[in-house]
Amino acid sequence: MVEEESIRVVRCGGSELNFRRAVFSADSKYIFCVSGDFVKVYSTATEECVHILHGHRNLVTGIQLNPNNHLQLYSCSLDGTIKLWDYIDGILIKTFIVRCKLHALFTVAQAEDSVFVTVNKEKPDIFQLVSVKLPKSSSQEVEAKELSIVLDYINQSPKCIAFGNEGVYVAAVRDFYLSVYFFKKKTTSRRNFYDEKKYTYTCLHWHHDIVMDLAFSVTGSSLLSGGRESVLVEWRDATEKNKEFLPRLGATIEHISVSPAGDLFCTSHSDNKITIIHRNLEASAVIQGLVKDRSIFTGLMIDPRTKALVLNGKPGHLQFYSLQSDKQLYNLDIMQQEYINDYGLIQIELKKAAFGCFGNWLATVEQRQEKETELELQMKLWMYSKKTQGFILNTKIHMPHEDCITALCFCNAEKSEQPTLVTASKDGYFKVWILTDDSDIYKKAVGWTCDFVGSYHKYQATNCCFSEDGSLLAVSFEEIVTLWDSETWELKCTFCQRAGNIRHLCFGRLTCSKYLLGATENGILSCWNLLSCALEWSAKLNVRVMEPDPNSENIAAVSQSSVGSDLFVFKPSEPRPLYIQKGISREEVQWGVFVPRDVPESFTSEAYQWLNRSQFYFLTKSQSLLTFSTKSPEEKLTPTSKQLLAEESLPTTPFYFILGKHRQQQDEKLNEISENELVQLPLTENIPAISELLHTPAHVLPSAVFLCSMFVNSLLLSKETKSAEEIPKDVDMEEEKESENSDEENDFTEKIQETNNTDLGEDIIHQLSKSEEKELRKFRKIDYSWIAVL
Amino acid sequence: MAGYKPVAIQTYPILGEKITQDTLYWNNYKTPVQIKEFGAVSKVDFSPQPPYNYAVTASSRIHIYGRYSQEPIKTFSRFKDTAYCATFRQDGRLLVAGSEDGGVQLFDISGRAPLRQFEGHTKAVHTVDFTADKYHVVSGADDYTVKLWDIPNSKEILTFKEHSDYVRCGCASKLNPDLFITGSYDHTVKMFDARTNKSVLSVEHGQPVESVLLFPSGGLLVSAGGRYVKVWDMLKGGQLLVSLKNHHKTVTCLCLSSSGQRLLSGSLDRKVKVYSTTSYKVVHSFDYAASILSLALAHEDETIVVGMTNGILSVKHRKSEAKKESLPRRRRPAYRTFIKGKNYMKQRDDILINRPTKKHLELYDRDLKHFRISKALDRVLEPTCAIKTPEITVSIIKELNRRGVLANALAGRDEKEISRVLNFLIRNLSQPRFAPVLINAAEIIIDIYLPVIGQSPVVDKKFLLLQGLVEKEIDYQRELLETLGMMDMLFATMRGKEGTPVLENTSDGFPENKKIES
Repeated sequence: MVEEESIRVVRCGGSELNFRRAVFSADSKYIFCVSGDFVKVYSTATEECVHILHGHRNLVTGIQLNPNNHLQLYSCSLDGTIKLWDYIDGILIKTFIVRCKLHALFTVAQAEDSVFVTVNKEKPDIFQLVSVKLPKSSSQEVEAKELSIVLDYINQSPKCIAFGNEGVYVAAVRDFYLSVYFFKKKTTSRRNFYDEKKYTYTCLHWHHDIVMDLAFSVTGSSLLSGGRESVLVEWRDATEKNKEFLPRLGATIEHISVSPAGDLFCTSHSDNKITIIHRNLEASAVIQGLVKDRSIFTGLMIDPRTKALVLNGKPGHLQFYSLQSDKQLYNLDIMQQEYINDYGLIQIELKKAAFGCFGNWLATVEQRQEKETELELQMKLWMYSKKTQGFILNTKIHMPHEDCITALCFCNAEKSEQPTLVTASKDGYFKVWILTDDSDIYKKAVGWTCDFVGSYHKYQATNCCFSEDGSLLAVSFEEIVTLWDSETWELKCTFCQRAGNIRHLCFGRLTCSKYLLGATENGILSCWNLLSCALEWSAKLNVRVMEPDPNSENIAAVSQSSVGSDLFVFKPSEPRPLYIQKGISREEVQWGVFVPRDVPESFTSEAYQWLNRSQFYFLTKSQSLLTFSTKSPEEKLTPTSKQLLAEESLPTTPFYFILGKHRQQQDEKLNEISENELVQLPLTENIPAISELLHTPAHVLPSAVFLCSMFVNSLLLSKETKSAEEIPKDVDMEEEKESENSDEENDFTEKIQETNNTDLGEDIIHQLSKSEEKELRKFRKIDYSWIAVL
Repeated sequence: MAGYKPVAIQTYPILGEKITQDTLYWNNYKTPVQIKEFGAVSKVDFSPQPPYNYAVTASSRIHIYGRYSQEPIKTFSRFKDTAYCATFRQDGRLLVAGSEDGGVQLFDISGRAPLRQFEGHTKAVHTVDFTADKYHVVSGADDYTVKLWDIPNSKEILTFKEHSDYVRCGCASKLNPDLFITGSYDHTVKMFDARTNKSVLSVEHGQPVESVLLFPSGGLLVSAGGRYVKVWDMLKGGQLLVSLKNHHKTVTCLCLSSSGQRLLSGSLDRKVKVYSTTSYKVVHSFDYAASILSLALAHEDETIVVGMTNGILSVKHRKSEAKKESLPRRRRPAYRTFIKGKNYMKQRDDILINRPTKKHLELYDRDLKHFRISKALDRVLEPTCAIKTPEITVSIIKELNRRGVLANALAGRDEKEISRVLNFLIRNLSQPRFAPVLINAAEIIIDIYLPVIGQSPVVDKKFLLLQGLVEKEIDYQRELLETLGMMDMLFATMRGKEGTPVLENTSDGFPENKKIES
């Protein structure tokens, strides 16, 4: 590829699907949702992403169907534009530039050429509902200048604004106030619910926790409500008795929307998920993005088998997320417990996870700490089963340590004959677990047992790390790094820098395997030489993330300063870093990981060479997943979206992807074949003139000179009837005169022609007149009918 | 959507012996019947034919016992001196025995006086057996000789003088009428062939051989002597297959289970070990009160009879297959309901919809699913559950605590219900595996019921009991800590300047906040 494009930090998927209410298309075939800077179009039947509408330069904050044309979609964004899309083809139709941050979008059928948006003008907290007149113009980009304020002092959330029946009025709430604006009368009425006045109301009680969203069904006969309990409640006839539930939706329901046709509901959940629900309260489809509901404890990992990104997912689950397709592959249920979503409840958290032995083993640690003294700790070891293609629980260890486990690492050396796992804990010990044969005469079994317990002056063990060849184990105890021989578990040596607790620890790889790196909390990065047992160098760097590249010697360190985060890529053996990028993110970077590339890139520039074999992904505090790329996100996404555009947009199921493509290829092949036939058949035999030539005895044939002119004439004639393609084929007819094709069907037709031609043979000898040409033309017609049958 | 996930019941490893098929099988015997004999029981032999009587040789008598009789149904007592090795013939009608004076006597089971007397040995005959053709008897004696006798004319056919010490054990092949094996105190086991009048095979056991056993197929030979049990492959010319050393003292007797899958050995160390004959690993072990001299298994392993040096005969019968009285069956739908539509062939456009499988949930899970927390707690506090499977109760309490509703579930209970909870706490609070969960529960109970304390003498008593228990436990923990400290000091002095020893701290520091004012 052409390079010298600068490397930039780009977001790579994992954006929120649950930021705003999802919108159904009029026929309920599609569902639209905002996703970062894009709008995504999903098929409701197959959960497949059909289109990604990209064009906005900032967060998309609202989407609505065009009430006047239900094949079009309005979207508004923080970049100050309203865009109109044709979602069937995924085409941007128009852009209206408003030039102020838009926070929500509403459309009303009665207001033909205007839409309503929420803006904040002066103060950050004051929001206004304004109507924007959309000018009619043929150009792609139009400036929309006509803004008129409808309501002032409203809530930012689009849920707090509702348009009344037929667009007669609009109501908005903020704090205790309800404001209603009547479009006809152009008046605003305000009401304060804080006072003790009596109002007529019905109270429906079932939810014991906060209710996040409400929606009426299309007919208005039932009301849907959902909240933190993650139960969708349908209140029939607005009575407390008649209610139906759809429980265990997984996470807090944030939005509920109803399809205009009334046959589908959908709920957006706080775990970045959209559930599509049938009218009879049966979940029919789940659209799941990268789960970002909760804090990430496990960090980013790469599953060696699927190359998927692995991190905390749903509560008690580990999610496997495909970086290529921005899609969750599957969830591994670690906790295997009923999840109760309740405010203030201390849940069991999945704290640590690690892959070992080329993805054959997975270790997970879950923890629940209610008070200082009450700690529940469980370590689970999962074995990959080839049969089921998934992880199966092998060993469960209750309370592996007396205190929280701070680090977990497998020995990933290639030659190691026995899988080994090391856990370091705050209780001052590190434990070595090995896989042992647990089989007896009744069954074959393997299980993990503790092999060695080590400690160093009762300091808290904070980190552990195996060297690349598995011969050394480094365990950091607060400020001290200890090195242990993994054969005998003898303490080999200690390093101490007296610069705060060790935060990260890692060995160099490949040619740099003699180096051990440690980053301390006081902002010192040290590199020790294991051969001389001395400090090689140290640098002042407040390292937050330190990740070794599995494919090279490079190590990436992300440092945190008051301005933002900076990235340093270096080799432990070289004094100067390979690459420095300042300000990769304004927020704190929490986790990072190198993902090996399937196809190595070839950056020639020295500064980018560290990206050749692996890609660096990192996760910031606000849980946005970022990476380095020279390509723009549009470029990254285009191949798939283009392909989608080309295809029939209707039900695109995975099967369709397989079969449809296949069929297309087949069609193409067929076309090719038929084309080839078209090329060949008329050339060789199917033109009666040739067959005549070939099958008339040589002694009765006229001279070649004479025949030639006849052929040329016939070609001229054919121009009227034949398609343009065939002309050049007929030109080289003469060369192929001699070629014989023994296709049976052709033979058959030849015979017919022969019989027809027998009486003509003499004519040819005598005169090749117009009558003969007519005859020839006749046969040609016969011929074509025959080809057409083919 | 995912269905309800049942509460994970914390399972604890069962301490002690692992439960395997073998332990289940070999433990499935009734308590032993003890029969007192006159002297050490040197041999027990089961009749191979029904009703599977067994002959017990002890002192100068041979008793024949029926299967379930505790009194001998027949006694042969015409021995001048100690009798040895009373053995049944294959048809169960004749019995042969050796004696201390060197005679071999043949009895009819129905008669009393010996049918034949084989005289020829000069010293005590410790082993006799019938050959496979039923018409000969093999005997081995302390005069180092092995003799083959003809029953019809009570004559000695052959004499083998190849052993150089006492011949104490032997057995005849069950397939070949001419082959038999003897083991001697000269550490060898020899196989003799009556057709060649000399030994055809000899293996060196290494210890005085106390017992030999041929597998029914004749391919494997087992010899016991000293602390060793050795298995020899006869088809490979007497190659040692495996040597087992699982006893602490001399192994005195061997026996095969009826299926041939297990080998039993009895020893002077008062243990019977069961080996698997495929892997030769010990799969089970029995303990007896005295040193074991003889051991026999009945047909189908129905009875284990063990004779000991103190003259006690221990008889264990297999428990009869528990035939559970099946409850009167509910009227089920007719057979045709089940086969309805079974042979329906799927058409092309049909969509097959399977009936959703209903997941079985325990009753407490069903309650928890519907958030009936108090009811769930009641259910697991019922005596059947709370006593038999306290781990389920504790798991439910833990689950309620995880859901943050333990206090709600414990509150609002009357005297009877609260005393049930307290009973459970008193029983299980001091168990280390339950302690963290139950201490928390106890604290919650005290918090809830503190205002109403003193109203019910029953509950007050329970609280006092609990207090005493906690105080005792605290004292106990303190003592443990002291001991641990002492041990640490000892280790430290022993190790010198080496690194601190790795020692697990077992105390979990009971919170000392159980002050109950009553």
